[in-house]
Amino acid sequence: MVTAAPTRTLTYLQAVNQALRVAMREDPTTILMGEDVAGGANVDHLINEDAWGGPMGVTKGLVQEFGRNRILDTPITEAGFIGAAVGAAATGLRPIAELMFVDFFGCCMDQIFDQGAKLRYMFGGKARCPVTIRTQIGAGVNAAGQHSGCHYSVFTHMPGIKTVIPSTPADAYGLLLSSIRDDDLVLFFENKVLYGSKGEVPEGTDGIPLGVADIKREGSDVTIVAISRMVQQSLAAAEMLADEGIEAEVVDPRTLSPLDEETILSSVAKTHHLIIVDEDNPRCGAAADIAAMVADKGFDTLDAPIKLVTAPHTPVPFSPPLEQFYIPSPEKIAETVRGIL
Amino acid sequence: MSISSTDSTRTAADTAQELDLSREKLPEMYERMVQIREFEDLAGKNFAAGLVPGFVHLYAGEEAVAVGVCSHLTDADYITSTHRGHGHCIAKGVDIPGMVAELMGKSTGICKGKGGSMHIADVDKGMLGANGIVGGGLPLACGAALTAKTLGTGAVAVCFFGDGASNQGTFHEALNLAAIWKLPVVFVCENNGYAEATPVAYHCSASDIANRAGSYEIPGVVVDGLDLFAVYEAAGEAIARARRGAGPTLIEAKTYRFYGHFQGDTITYRTEEEVLRYRDRDPIAGAKKYIKDHGLATEEELDAIDARVVADLQQAWADAQAAPWPKPEEALTDVYVSY
Repeated sequence: MVTAAPTRTLTYLQAVNQALRVAMREDPTTILMGEDVAGGANVDHLINEDAWGGPMGVTKGLVQEFGRNRILDTPITEAGFIGAAVGAAATGLRPIAELMFVDFFGCCMDQIFDQGAKLRYMFGGKARCPVTIRTQIGAGVNAAGQHSGCHYSVFTHMPGIKTVIPSTPADAYGLLLSSIRDDDLVLFFENKVLYGSKGEVPEGTDGIPLGVADIKREGSDVTIVAISRMVQQSLAAAEMLADEGIEAEVVDPRTLSPLDEETILSSVAKTHHLIIVDEDNPRCGAAADIAAMVADKGFDTLDAPIKLVTAPHTPVPFSPPLEQFYIPSPEKIAETVRGIL
Repeated sequence: MSISSTDSTRTAADTAQELDLSREKLPEMYERMVQIREFEDLAGKNFAAGLVPGFVHLYAGEEAVAVGVCSHLTDADYITSTHRGHGHCIAKGVDIPGMVAELMGKSTGICKGKGGSMHIADVDKGMLGANGIVGGGLPLACGAALTAKTLGTGAVAVCFFGDGASNQGTFHEALNLAAIWKLPVVFVCENNGYAEATPVAYHCSASDIANRAGSYEIPGVVVDGLDLFAVYEAAGEAIARARRGAGPTLIEAKTYRFYGHFQGDTITYRTEEEVLRYRDRDPIAGAKKYIKDHGLATEEELDAIDARVVADLQQAWADAQAAPWPKPEEALTDVYVSY
């Protein structure tokens, strides 16, 4: 990516925090709500100070800057506050709601997909639903079955929702700004394993448009479309393959809905080979969806079958060796590439 | 916190006088009730005649609740509604010809034919949608109230829902959230005795749903939902309380639906005797009698209202039948905002 703008080094977590601050400064109707996004509500010595700033500290310091009227600690009541965010969005606020872990979507799915995602359509276009739901995804910290899933494919399946899957600090910053400014319901998936990763992030307040993929590594022999943290795994695989004289192109779609089909198809037209790497479960998933799209629209450009490298179709296991087996590894990605060349 | 119920020794006349319902306002409220009744009777007939696709749930019998509550509201206030939402729309001032066209799925419908009876809405009127999900509107009403509170608009949100919804998690989550945040929201439970085909005495652990307010330490009020004046009074207090920032109220209006759960319901779960008993207490007849007895309007004036409502509705149905269907490709618009 070529950029002339000055940059600073931030972690992925800091990038999210900075984007939230920028968005809340520029629009006074923007509020943030969720479980312990500040923490310590109504505690005498924490009037405008947070106890936690989110369980991972992602929203640390926001209550100091914006106060408790705009940084709202909610009870553990996902249907209640996600639904309230939708109702507030339909009536003039621009809420950011934090669903602590995506695995909790079962507690509030009606409010997301039957209410928020559909109201604009069902009301004949009269309503807007500018809600951003930030949520954590990803295996790798032994959080086991109910705190480690990805599940962006579930939401990508549903019309009326945009799905955003940043893999770097710069993308997290620019894509979150665009998500909050967007007038549709956006699910913004933060990979918890990436929170500590560092990268250059542009200064300024420019957003990255939703629906524009990014080529994270150029190559001529194989296209690897990788989602979220799988971008890093694929870049590692690409380095291993480069030692063998294989040049992989790593394409990061950055958003699954909308999907930048053009960039993916152009890359495949150049390399004639496609691997899709996804940490989500494989059935009816994003990887299968992208494979189907390329088979439909780019079949003639392929020299080999499309291969998917995904998590197995199981819940995320707890034990470290089991979890490591679950997550697509650079070795497995490289091996799959060798298999089709 | 208090659990109260309207005093059964008071008469409607006492209440109306105390409420100071004017010569202008009361006939207007009467007209709204008649509009709802005629709208529903005609919707039922035209559904049977095959003019209305899909599912239709009629509000007839419950008019006193929607009108008694919404008479306190302006377009700046919000309501959320239920699958039985036509009455709430009319009471909130949604365009009736646009509603008729929406029921038919015509391009001139208030939602361009994309919502239908079960999702009918008009955000410009503060009507945030009928809702196909039982209990779906409760958190949304909290959100509308949060907007009012955050922006300091002075608006209130009223959430209509049924006895069945009071068993959903969203009911309990919304009441708790509204209570701890002191949101300007009024929860109006329309207890019509049945969640679909299941009686409230079976499906609900509480003898009065209003008792559930006690868990959240907010006022819970039981009112006779067939009495326009009782509803108007209780709603007035609750809405005033919400507007002054004192937080939410749960009103349980005990009412009755004259039709079944949906059109086509065989209604085997209630007796003819029960239906007749409630039809004898028709809320519209009660209001009409009061207005006449107190000289607020003459029989002729009220008959003229009835005739005008019927004529307008017949015209609305004729216009909707003549209106064009939406173009098929219209199905592809309004999913996302276009820039």
